[in-house]
Amino acid sequence: MTAALILLVGVTLLIALALMAFARALEVEGTPETDALDALLPQTQCGQCKFDGCRPYADAIARGEADIDRCPPGGQEVIREIALLLGRDVIPLNPEYGHETAREIAFVDEQLCIGCKKCIQACPVDAIVGAPKLMHTVIADECTGCKLCVPVCPVDCITMLPAVTGIRAWKISRPKREPRARID
Amino acid sequence: MNIDSDKPDTGDELATDVLSDELTPIKKHSGFYGGLVLPTAKHILAEQPLRYAPLPAEVVLPLSQHAGMPATPIVTVGQAVLRGECIAAANGFVSATIHASSSGTVTAIEERPVPHPSGLNAPCIVIETDGADRWCEPDPVVGDYHTEDPVRVRQRVRDAGIVGLGGAVFPTSTKLTARADTNVHTLILNGAECDPDISCDETLMRQRPDDIIAGARIVLHVLQVNRCVIGVEEDKPQCEDALRASVEKFDDDRFEVVRVPAIYPEGSERQLIQALSGYEVPSNGLPLDIGFVCINVATAAAINTAITDGRSLTERTVTVTGDGIKEPANVVARLGTPISSLVDVCGGYAEDVNRLVVGGAMMGFAVGDDNIPVIKACNSVLAMTPEHARQATGIRPCIRCGECARVCPSRLLPQQLYWYAGSHDHDKLERYNIFDCIECGCCDYVCPSNIRLSQHFRFAKTEIAIREADRQRAAVARDRFDNRNKRLMEEKARRDERLAEKKQQAVAAADIHQRRQVIQEVMQRVRAREAADNHNSADIR
Repeated sequence: MTAALILLVGVTLLIALALMAFARALEVEGTPETDALDALLPQTQCGQCKFDGCRPYADAIARGEADIDRCPPGGQEVIREIALLLGRDVIPLNPEYGHETAREIAFVDEQLCIGCKKCIQACPVDAIVGAPKLMHTVIADECTGCKLCVPVCPVDCITMLPAVTGIRAWKISRPKREPRARID
Repeated sequence: MNIDSDKPDTGDELATDVLSDELTPIKKHSGFYGGLVLPTAKHILAEQPLRYAPLPAEVVLPLSQHAGMPATPIVTVGQAVLRGECIAAANGFVSATIHASSSGTVTAIEERPVPHPSGLNAPCIVIETDGADRWCEPDPVVGDYHTEDPVRVRQRVRDAGIVGLGGAVFPTSTKLTARADTNVHTLILNGAECDPDISCDETLMRQRPDDIIAGARIVLHVLQVNRCVIGVEEDKPQCEDALRASVEKFDDDRFEVVRVPAIYPEGSERQLIQALSGYEVPSNGLPLDIGFVCINVATAAAINTAITDGRSLTERTVTVTGDGIKEPANVVARLGTPISSLVDVCGGYAEDVNRLVVGGAMMGFAVGDDNIPVIKACNSVLAMTPEHARQATGIRPCIRCGECARVCPSRLLPQQLYWYAGSHDHDKLERYNIFDCIECGCCDYVCPSNIRLSQHFRFAKTEIAIREADRQRAAVARDRFDNRNKRLMEEKARRDERLAEKKQQAVAAADIHQRRQVIQEVMQRVRAREAADNHNSADIR
């Protein structure tokens, strides 16, 4: 009887120790949810979600502090993907945080630019080049269309333009599906 | 055919037309899986003489007539150009040059309607023709290509603006560029024109077989390959005979003419290679991966014209057909000629034409206007009347009959893909190899529920490609954002470090000052005492 008891306690302790050791050895760094969510977000770094970039927003979603409807650049597609990842319902984009638009990029009117460097400091992805008192320009391929450079410009020389125009922007429309089956 | 029906889908009509007309017979042994034997009357067309479209008052040449990046204009408005003169340069490896298709003056470089499923305008170079149709000097890199460096010959093919004339318009020189990791062993000439309405290649094979063989010999030289297999469908015996006779004439034992079954889509590069060799082009791969290069017979003929005559690609043969055309025929037209003028050459429209399709009934798209130019991709113009156009009378739910899977030449499961396309399940779509879909339309053709499967797949593919591009852009943006933050943090750390150093120096400086003061005070005290001492001693004295 005693022997059995000791054996049981011993085995339990051993398993507990082993589990503790495993937990320590296999500990995952950071939060895997944040990484997975961050991978889905568009990395515009625009702050329209009221967070300081995409990763903080991803982190907030992971911790359940923010809803999944705050990303206008990602739009409905990103909401759908996040919902799929988290096993939640797809919800519409919250208009409080902005509206989904076609991809845009910033354009500096070089005639008006005074070379103040303010937009360079505002750009989250270093997509604007220029030097003090020399005109600046946007590297179109790197611009995420976050619009953060627009309000800081003292001479309002930055405008947002559609990233692709004309026939290249055309997308085949979604074909019609069959009507829902009816049981009359 | 059920491409882009302009009739509204009511959904509750019965598909009597589909169910009554005996579902298409499927051939069992075709060399590749699936496919369809489509009823055709096109061979009569190939017997007729070619017609020639007249020189139009202006030619409109879109900058994007090929797969890849649009060309960059190198002419200015008002410039006089000659036929065959390069007017737009290739922009990158996968791109092609564009040449003036007649002599005249460049009047505009602007957006014009082009043959495109969107119906939108695209940048074009407009040339007002002078009626003389004068050619420019032939390119100097011509003559005896046998002694020429293959790379230079290939460059000439590129400079001549040659692209795949079967309809896919992939730049030919790009296709002919060898890769270090593969060994090309066979050139395949695609003479399997499988679309039920198109017969421009058939006409070419019958009437100009020597040009095709001569062109293929040039390609063999470029590729440094000693084997060329010409695949011709069994329903074109005259083409086969003509090509055999031509090979005989050239006395070239590198050539082999092989008859393949006439099954749609035999003319698809992957299916033709499989039918001829038994090898399957790998998923996500190219024919080059298994040592094949496949080009269309019309492309070979164009290469011959470019190298032997030194003349760039400025015209092509277009099949103008359909029961909406009074006298269907194959028409040779300069690129940039409006489609309406081709129709005029063929006697004009029949009375009740209700749809104009460019690119064939199976894979083409409907256009809303006939004032669009012939481009390199334009292999056919099909005018349909309501009787001819197989109307999709209402789309009904998928009944999982599996007909689509039985005919899919890529051995996909269209019904399953349709399911996943509906739920935007991109992972599943890719796992079910949606990108192996060649959009041949076989599944649409047999679907008893009239579902336009290939359109759904085209849409899903675009959606996935756009999402993939977004992801790549996001990855770049993430890196740049992280790097910037890292840099800002480093800058801040450096600034902090500098500040701390200055502070320390200031503190140190303050210390010295204090010490000096203390020392001075001590010194003063010492001097005062010494002075007093001296005074005292003087008194004593």
